[in-house]
Amino acid sequence: MSTEAGLRDRLEGGLNAPICLTWELTYACNLACAHCLSSSGRRDPAELTTAEAKALVDELAAMKVFYVNVGGGEPMIRRDFFDIVEHAVERRVGVKFSTNGTRLDAAAARRLAAMDYLDVQVSIDGADAATSDALRGAGSYAAARRAMDHLAEAGFAGFKVSVVVTRDSVEQLDALEALAASYDAELRLARLRPSGRGVEVWDALRPTADQNRRLHAWLVERPHVLTGDSFFHLSPLGAPLEGLNLCGAGRVVCLIDPVGDVFACPFVIHDRFRAGNVRPGGFAPVWRESALFAELRAPGNPGACASCGSYDACRGGCLAAKFFTGLEASDPDPECVFGHGERRLATTRVELRPRPSIDHSRVVALGAPVRLR
Amino acid sequence: MAADPFDPARPWRLSPEVSLRDEPFGALAYHHGNRRLVFVKSAALVDLVRRLGEFATAADALGELVEAGQRDRYVAALARLAAGELIGVD
Repeated sequence: MSTEAGLRDRLEGGLNAPICLTWELTYACNLACAHCLSSSGRRDPAELTTAEAKALVDELAAMKVFYVNVGGGEPMIRRDFFDIVEHAVERRVGVKFSTNGTRLDAAAARRLAAMDYLDVQVSIDGADAATSDALRGAGSYAAARRAMDHLAEAGFAGFKVSVVVTRDSVEQLDALEALAASYDAELRLARLRPSGRGVEVWDALRPTADQNRRLHAWLVERPHVLTGDSFFHLSPLGAPLEGLNLCGAGRVVCLIDPVGDVFACPFVIHDRFRAGNVRPGGFAPVWRESALFAELRAPGNPGACASCGSYDACRGGCLAAKFFTGLEASDPDPECVFGHGERRLATTRVELRPRPSIDHSRVVALGAPVRLR
Repeated sequence: MAADPFDPARPWRLSPEVSLRDEPFGALAYHHGNRRLVFVKSAALVDLVRRLGEFATAADALGELVEAGQRDRYVAALARLAAGELIGVD
């Protein structure tokens, strides 16, 4: 539809403020997930203070940023976690936060359930402990299920069960849907991206082409399953999926990291995609004036996808997936449903892929137990 | 709570739970309660939605702010906003 295409062009040209942004509160995490987008583990000593975090919330409220996706690291590790999110909600900046659930006890669940404009996503990466713990560490699945139990007992309606789709978890979609339904919760699926530590597992764990086809068909039948616009690269398979179906990086979304650095999206924590920092003059000048965001908002170049009749369905796919697999922005998505990305990938060398330039991973001996508290 | 069906003879106004933000294409409207995000795709519709509360009925607002030949389109647009509870009856 021409108006929709026109609107998408406008969105790609950027907005006065992001629709939403991801705000990682800390790089500290008590888990060490194999696919962590932000290579989290150790707290960074330069993380925003409570006062700086609240001032940032005030600025986001003034810009009418509707909500923030709060993550980390594990955001609940910050001692001022409730202080910050309650401040945001009071200023009518909605909060959707992601947690591994390990700090979400009965008292925390009751406090969360009492707040308006707040959504919680508890992460598991499979429908059973064996599948999920393989990525997230021993004991992490049981801890997440306890958190879900606490939320349900506290009467928190409609929390989200958040799952990264891998070669293994994609075979458990029906079980995951049933698990979410058993809590009266919503299922949220996200794409496995080669970002952060994810680059180490992406080749082995990304869904196969056949699995991606089945995933698309499964999602088309279930518009109630949330995806955060994660799978728009699959839209050329048939019906477009729910969402804007475009790369929002620096256009409608961005990321603020724990030290105040602003990146184009949550999946590109890398110097190449750093737009600035909120500390000198706040967030607004970075959003409105950064050279990087101007570049990302310039009229798109379909590049290698120009001759493909489906460019309008996927707009060339995910910038982060291309960057961290060594492809150019003008290349097809590495998981292009027509195999154009695979063919292009075959011409690149794995050892030449960009390495994460920012890494807070803890040094953990292989096989060491993950400390949950 | 189900949304009220859109009847232009009633007093409609922007929901107090909605943030409306001007954008190059018109405005973005976000309902903090039901989390719906709506693209309001013309400046004239944004103006109508902002000023609905100044009029006794939506029909009065349409009569004052929208040219006669355009009113059906704007009624349809308001009905969509009502279905999403972005506007409600006073």
